[in-house]
Amino acid sequence: MAVHRKVIFEKQWFYLDNAIGHIYGTTFEVSSGGSLQPKEKMEETTTDTKEAGTDNRNIVDDGKSQKLTHDDIKALKDKGIKGQEIVQQLIENSTTFRGKTEFAQDKYIKKKKKKYEAVITIVKPSTRILSTMYYAREPGKINHLRYDTLAQMLTLGNIRAGNKMIVMETCAGLVLGAIMERMGGYGSIIQMYPGGGPVRAATSCFGFPEFFFNTLYEFPLSKVDSLVSGTFSSETLPSEPEYNVPVEEERNGSLDEKQTLTQETEEESSTEAVVESNETEEQETMDLAAEDTEYKETKEKGNKENIREKQRKQQERRRKLVETAALLEEKNADGLIVASRFHPTPLLLSLLEFVAPSRPFVVYCQYKEPLLECYTKLREKGGVINLKLSETWLRNYQVLPDRSHPKLTMSGGGGYLLSGITVTAEKVQSDASSLEGQKMEEPTSKKRKLQELHC
Amino acid sequence: MSFVQYGDTIKDGDTAIVFLGHESMFPVKVQHGSKTQTKYGVIRHSTDLIGKRYGSKVTCSKGGWVFILHPTPELWTMNLPHRTQILYSTDISLITMMLELKPGSIVCESGTGSGSLSHAIIRTVAPTGHLYTVEFHQQRAEKAKEEFQEHKVEHLVTVKNQDVCKNGFGVSNVADAVFLDIPSPWEAIGHAKSALKIEGGRICSFSPCIEQVQRTCLAMEEHGFTEINTLEILLRVYNVRTISLQIPDLGKAAEDNSSTGFDSSNQSNQGSLFGILQQGTAQFKSGVPLKEMVGHTGYLTFATKSLF
Repeated sequence: MAVHRKVIFEKQWFYLDNAIGHIYGTTFEVSSGGSLQPKEKMEETTTDTKEAGTDNRNIVDDGKSQKLTHDDIKALKDKGIKGQEIVQQLIENSTTFRGKTEFAQDKYIKKKKKKYEAVITIVKPSTRILSTMYYAREPGKINHLRYDTLAQMLTLGNIRAGNKMIVMETCAGLVLGAIMERMGGYGSIIQMYPGGGPVRAATSCFGFPEFFFNTLYEFPLSKVDSLVSGTFSSETLPSEPEYNVPVEEERNGSLDEKQTLTQETEEESSTEAVVESNETEEQETMDLAAEDTEYKETKEKGNKENIREKQRKQQERRRKLVETAALLEEKNADGLIVASRFHPTPLLLSLLEFVAPSRPFVVYCQYKEPLLECYTKLREKGGVINLKLSETWLRNYQVLPDRSHPKLTMSGGGGYLLSGITVTAEKVQSDASSLEGQKMEEPTSKKRKLQELHC
Repeated sequence: MSFVQYGDTIKDGDTAIVFLGHESMFPVKVQHGSKTQTKYGVIRHSTDLIGKRYGSKVTCSKGGWVFILHPTPELWTMNLPHRTQILYSTDISLITMMLELKPGSIVCESGTGSGSLSHAIIRTVAPTGHLYTVEFHQQRAEKAKEEFQEHKVEHLVTVKNQDVCKNGFGVSNVADAVFLDIPSPWEAIGHAKSALKIEGGRICSFSPCIEQVQRTCLAMEEHGFTEINTLEILLRVYNVRTISLQIPDLGKAAEDNSSTGFDSSNQSNQGSLFGILQQGTAQFKSGVPLKEMVGHTGYLTFATKSLF
């Protein structure tokens, strides 16, 4: 949180300065001038049996029922009148208010309060909050992964303290952050990344303590093939010497809006496009940020030291790469989570090599069809059981006395999951594997046999 | 092995999961000298299980084979002995995330029931958290205690045999989260509030009936809970199948070839479009929904306790 910076949120603007020092969960009121004042818990003014109508047969919506004009309301706001008072004024100046039913009056008041009572609550970040936020505001950045689907992944994957996890995601680091939260800093995570480096914009929003990152490793996808075939070498790193540390500079735990915004706008085009190589775009973004910090350093330290520094960094990166490769080569990971914009099949087929037997894996895809193919290829390959393709439906409800019902809009889709459990991979002959495959499938009814074929 | 940590090899005293095939599995208590009957024959623990790697294939006496899996709360939920209706992983997943559970969390739960959610919570809060679970049925409370011991997680959980509506959870101002799955949750909201930390925490109530939800939401509001939110989550499962559909015979076209579409004389076109298996059929892969799906488990109501 930077000092004296304007924050704009939902048409409200304010300064965060006064919030520092308060406990998470504190509710503030935005007073004129944009400063935050802690809100006193006020008793709701008990509305005695007020005048109300029975139905809306006589209420005509001609847009003229509110006597206060835009300018009147603006004048009230400028005078510094509190939101509550403005709402009261609106009610008194509405010709139709008294004729509304009690429920309609309730609804009206709630709506006006939301608009004019500038109250904000500052909450501690968590997977719950960040995943709902990202889904509501930036679903494109997270491949439209709805928060309940993410919740399923974390549970199906048995994510917990002490695991050694392999993660491949292109969800701005949200999935990585969720996994880190559930691991509490215990165990280790190896993040596979495409292109020059992993994007961890969302991860930094969780506010994890430093030590959480000591057991977080990263490994380039471009080296996976060589690792699997045993021809891995650390000589060629995936980008030029300008390659910088994965974007996790702001670890102070809050939405450093300016910086995240610039990164995100530059990435926007790459995440939205459903095309192959976005690597160059990401690399550029990384380089830009790197050059920024590196430029300052060059000015101050001078050339010789700079070169030494770069060499040292390169050696350190190489060392870490070798260390991470060794971790992967142990082939004893406790699970695999995939949630990316890439086709899942090649990712799964190669990354499952590094997972121990009897461990869960979960793959997320925005679309169902790639997972159908993935399922088929996994059946052919063998070494997995309990394969399940699923999605979840989520419905929100309004619960009020005599007014309970599902809410008006519902999310159309939150993506699909393919989950399973690894078993000891045996090189079986083709007929044996088809037998295995049959065992894994449920028996179909006789009727359908004519038209269906087992995969 | 333990429900909160992976082990590589099967040991005496472990609880393992025997996997026979599609959605057919059961738990087994591994013991020297024991034998387990399956439809594929006998599994002798001493020779077939102990010392073997989890995930191994085990051939049974009749020649058929099974896989032995490391237990997880999710596998346990699918295979545990029911003493009550249980919560399944779909609801459990959402509860875990919305209550913000993580290592170190202190959680209060009632009722314990068959321990399905309990095992999942214990897994998530380990190694530094704790679960206080309350069950008013004496035998169920006993059975739960036994199971936690067998599964080597007793250090992470405290089972209390009492009525949460009358006597609360037995702890005050320590919990990060409270979960209620009881017939009259509105009677326990006050106790839930006092069990939660002073700085605040999260609460969840699970109820099958909307009337229960209404009363609970009201009680939450009266006790000063905020962010009250009710939702439900349903699981849709798809079977992956290769489907063949017959192409209808629409007869032969007239001499002018102005018609398009499924002209049976245009076999080659169709071939390139659909990958014909045999003449007159088109084949494709599909995610076919099951004939029936779970339509309702319960409504989940979440809320926040805050200082204000």
